[in-house]
Amino acid sequence: MERFDVTLLSRIQFAFVISFHIIFPSFTIGLAAWLATIEAVHYATGNSVYRRVFDFWLRVFSIAFGMGVVTGIVMAFQFGTNWSSLADKAGAIQGPLLGYETFTAFLLEATFLGVVLFARDRVPPWFYLLSCILVSVGTLFSSFWILANNSWMQVPVGHTMVDGRFVPDDWMKITLGEVQLTRWPHMVLACFLTTGMSVIATASWWLLRGRHVAEAMVSLHWALGLVAVLIPIQLFVGHLTGVIVHDHQPEKFAAIEARFHTQKPASEVLLSWPDAPTGKNLFAIEVPKLGSFIANGNWDARERGLDAFPPNDRPPVLIPFFGFRLMVAMGLVLLAVSWTGVVLMWRHVLEHARWFQWIALISFPAGFVAVLSGWFTAEVGRQPWVVYGVLRTSDAVTPSLGTWDVAFSLAAYVLVYLVIYSFGLYYIFRLLRDGPRDFATPRNGSPNRPMSLAAAAGE
Amino acid sequence: MSYDTLILLWVAALGFVILVYGLLDGFDLGVGMLFGLAEDEEDRDALTATIAPSWDGNETWLLLIGTILFGAFSQIYAVLLSAFYIPILLMLFGLIFRGVAFEFRGHAGPGARALWNVGFWVGSGVVSFVQGAAVGTMIAGIPVVDRHFAGNSFIWLKPFPVLCGVGLMFGYAVLGACFLVARGPDELLARAVTWGRRAAIAMGVIVLVNAILALQLRPEAWQNLLARPWAFEVAAVWVVLVVGLVVSLTRASRGGAPFLLAALSFVCAFLVLAAAFWPYMIPGAVTIAEAASPESSLRFLFWGGGLFALPIIILYTIVVYRVFKVGSVAAYESES
Repeated sequence: MERFDVTLLSRIQFAFVISFHIIFPSFTIGLAAWLATIEAVHYATGNSVYRRVFDFWLRVFSIAFGMGVVTGIVMAFQFGTNWSSLADKAGAIQGPLLGYETFTAFLLEATFLGVVLFARDRVPPWFYLLSCILVSVGTLFSSFWILANNSWMQVPVGHTMVDGRFVPDDWMKITLGEVQLTRWPHMVLACFLTTGMSVIATASWWLLRGRHVAEAMVSLHWALGLVAVLIPIQLFVGHLTGVIVHDHQPEKFAAIEARFHTQKPASEVLLSWPDAPTGKNLFAIEVPKLGSFIANGNWDARERGLDAFPPNDRPPVLIPFFGFRLMVAMGLVLLAVSWTGVVLMWRHVLEHARWFQWIALISFPAGFVAVLSGWFTAEVGRQPWVVYGVLRTSDAVTPSLGTWDVAFSLAAYVLVYLVIYSFGLYYIFRLLRDGPRDFATPRNGSPNRPMSLAAAAGE
Repeated sequence: MSYDTLILLWVAALGFVILVYGLLDGFDLGVGMLFGLAEDEEDRDALTATIAPSWDGNETWLLLIGTILFGAFSQIYAVLLSAFYIPILLMLFGLIFRGVAFEFRGHAGPGARALWNVGFWVGSGVVSFVQGAAVGTMIAGIPVVDRHFAGNSFIWLKPFPVLCGVGLMFGYAVLGACFLVARGPDELLARAVTWGRRAAIAMGVIVLVNAILALQLRPEAWQNLLARPWAFEVAAVWVVLVVGLVVSLTRASRGGAPFLLAALSFVCAFLVLAAAFWPYMIPGAVTIAEAASPESSLRFLFWGGGLFALPIIILYTIVVYRVFKVGSVAAYESES
């Protein structure tokens, strides 16, 4: 019982700290690419509106990056404090992968981030643009290592087991395998879309209040276009990710589909209340045969249900089932908003379409919700394994931990995050609300303290 | 390159990074604690201005320690972090509150400002104490069974580790005061000298007491030292350095000599500690060879991390401190 409590509490703690962390990197990865895009347009056209849009989002970027660093420090210790058996058994693979992520972030801070944040006046324009692009590339590398680590936990490859521990023997497979090369683009696109939607919503907010019209229209022009183009690609890459789950993690796939019993042909449960103890879908809306088609492209294929797997290997159903549907729903929201917006833009009525601006403003969190629900689907769906098929989550937790240790630390994290988050979000909210203006750049800024850029904006 | 060479290389990198972290974050944690002794708001502003450009960069070296441990010695990472579950938590919160206090005290009203002020020096003190206590616990012995920590969560809360924690607090305070003597505000120079002298005496006494206690706790450390006679020369140099440090802090004159002496005394103490316990990474429990990750991991990490990232990070740090004179109040003020 004690082990169960410690494992469950540690899982809740990890879910808590990583959820509140991932929000910021997903936003900054997208923002870095957005800034590089806007700066490129500014460089090509020389139009000063782009400069004002750029300077504005750079302030938001500086806070989001700073928050990402603070919450990331906590993440760096979680694997050792609460999951020391995992760290010991899989450290030979996870340690170097996460190590490369730290190194990447360091190199970024040590080099081009400083130029982008504080040195525009001191370098030639082409070099500044190059720095923007390299910062964006750096954030992509960062996400690459994080996803490589997670993809390996989902579908472990490229290792042999020695004395019960993982020993890497093929780094190419670990870092550039099929699973990683599908899931990483899925996450990167999710980041781009999350930021794109945030830009659309912010610009719509300005329009609703009749402020910063020129900057808002430029932002909408680019962000709507980008989201409209990227979302169909994301739906396709998402489908590929689903195929990987189907082929490599059939229990997770069954849980996502709430398919309790093996079926041939399999129906698709669009929506229901899955009742795992009885193995029934209550209030189900089902489409016959569609399940086989989605999974196989064949209307009559046999699809394994959860009953095809031993009970102690089955993941929970509720979170993967609803998490997946929430993610897809948010994807459809992005599709609807961006394509509607593009049509309105095409007809030159966007600026005065208040109904659309309201919808866009309300859709602000769509990308964030999709990222979080997608990760919950992936991680809860992998249970009861931490390294799928090899190491159980209950065997990965730190053996020496007591229930009170974790209960105390979890409560403390919640309290501390509440404080940091209120301040960080308040600063971001204030920036977004006030919109672009003439920002001053502190001359003594340091890329180690990115937030000082935004703090200078507040004075 | 052989596996043994790779392991040695990563141990050297780890030792180097730990030392750099101790010296760099040591001085700004020290300034953070001395902040609690400042008498008025003007002094406090001057003190924070001294470390404003550098404290966050210094802290990132702590992440590098974690990164190298997890990447190259994952068993040590697993054992130490589970053994120090509560201290790590306290340290993280100390670091976070210190950082938040740093950013927000300038924007706060008088009431909230007083609170952030306390948060700043208490946070600095907690972080320093925890690090010293962790070293003390390692010397006293961390029980490891089946590659895992096998003790309770309060193993660090015993007299010897606590004394080590207090010792490191004084040690960091010495670094902080010496940094103020080198690059701090003029109006605080006289007091920085006094703070530094008192802290240096306290540090010297506690380190000597701790050394005797440590040899009683760990008889094999004495055997190791006898087998490595150069360690006694290093210890002698340490005594000379600390005496020189106290003497150099009797006059209120600006200069980098005290910081250099203090930094070298840290290096000496670190070397003696290494001589006493080599080849153990966790004294009496896990050796370097046992702890090292497999060859394929060390090699993979070496090409990007050891050969590329670490040198650039070191170069960058040197450039920041030398060319831009980060931490120099004069440079800070002329820029703003």
